[in-house]
Amino acid sequence: MSGVRHGDGSRRGAAHQLLLLGGLVLLWLLLWGSFTPIDVLAGITVALLATRVFELPPVQLTGRLHVGHLLLYLIRFAGEVVAGSVQVAALALDPRRTPRAAIVEVRLTTKSDLILTLVAVTLSLVPGSLVLEVDRQRSTLFLHALGVQDGEDVRRIRHHALDTEYRLLRAIGSRAELRKASR
Amino acid sequence: MPVDWSELLAAILLLLGAVLALSAGIGVLRFPDALSRMHAATKPQNLGLIAMLAALVLASSSWITLLAVLPVIALQLITTPMAAHMLGRAGYRVGSVRQDLLIRDELEDDIRRAQRTGESPGRRASGRDR
Repeated sequence: MSGVRHGDGSRRGAAHQLLLLGGLVLLWLLLWGSFTPIDVLAGITVALLATRVFELPPVQLTGRLHVGHLLLYLIRFAGEVVAGSVQVAALALDPRRTPRAAIVEVRLTTKSDLILTLVAVTLSLVPGSLVLEVDRQRSTLFLHALGVQDGEDVRRIRHHALDTEYRLLRAIGSRAELRKASR
Repeated sequence: MPVDWSELLAAILLLLGAVLALSAGIGVLRFPDALSRMHAATKPQNLGLIAMLAALVLASSSWITLLAVLPVIALQLITTPMAAHMLGRAGYRVGSVRQDLLIRDELEDDIRRAQRTGESPGRRASGRDR
């Protein structure tokens, strides 16, 4: 476990800003596939422009990172992306029936925007679900689930969403939220 | 003639990607409403693209290609859920939902509840407030 940040707010803000700029320049270089000084210069210009024009509120990191759990999370995620694609492809190619669906409300325990966003992104890519609506105040997601037959499936979708949140909290959530979610 | 395994694997991946993209297209055509179609447009399409890009990396066998492909995959995985969310949300609001195929609609329940108690409905508080 590592990644706890100290220091005053403005210094931390500047560090975040630099990290973001560095990341954007790196992304620019990777996408061009060349690393000449001109590319670096152009990357810095574009990164500065992009962060000025599209100013975003800073992301509140939770200050905790468990590499092992993060790896487990990513491996499981990769497997689920494949399973989700195959499931929807199978539904699309099955000529016998029109798939039924349900809209399921899931109340998450986290209060962190970052975790909420990542849970929503994950759930959109894994089997069965798509985020239809997000209620940020109550940390509630409304999922559209495809290929649902009965109440048992709905229960499973809800359980899977909460399990995804728990696994993500174990990887990058704050201690307090992880304790709350384990209860 | 020796078999070039990386080329063979690349060919298989290209084919797999094409089949997934095709099934995504069929899904968009066949699924009954806007929300179901978004599933087809996000999931098989994503894996199809990843398979195609993996084939590209194998065929070109260069690190530069891999470095260019990784951010493409990452950005794709981050942006398609957003696009699906925005379209799905708009689709739900304009009523492009086959209610007869929904076995349950808890968002509708939530909106009704909110209207009864006079609070702002959950779907109005969708993160634009900060």
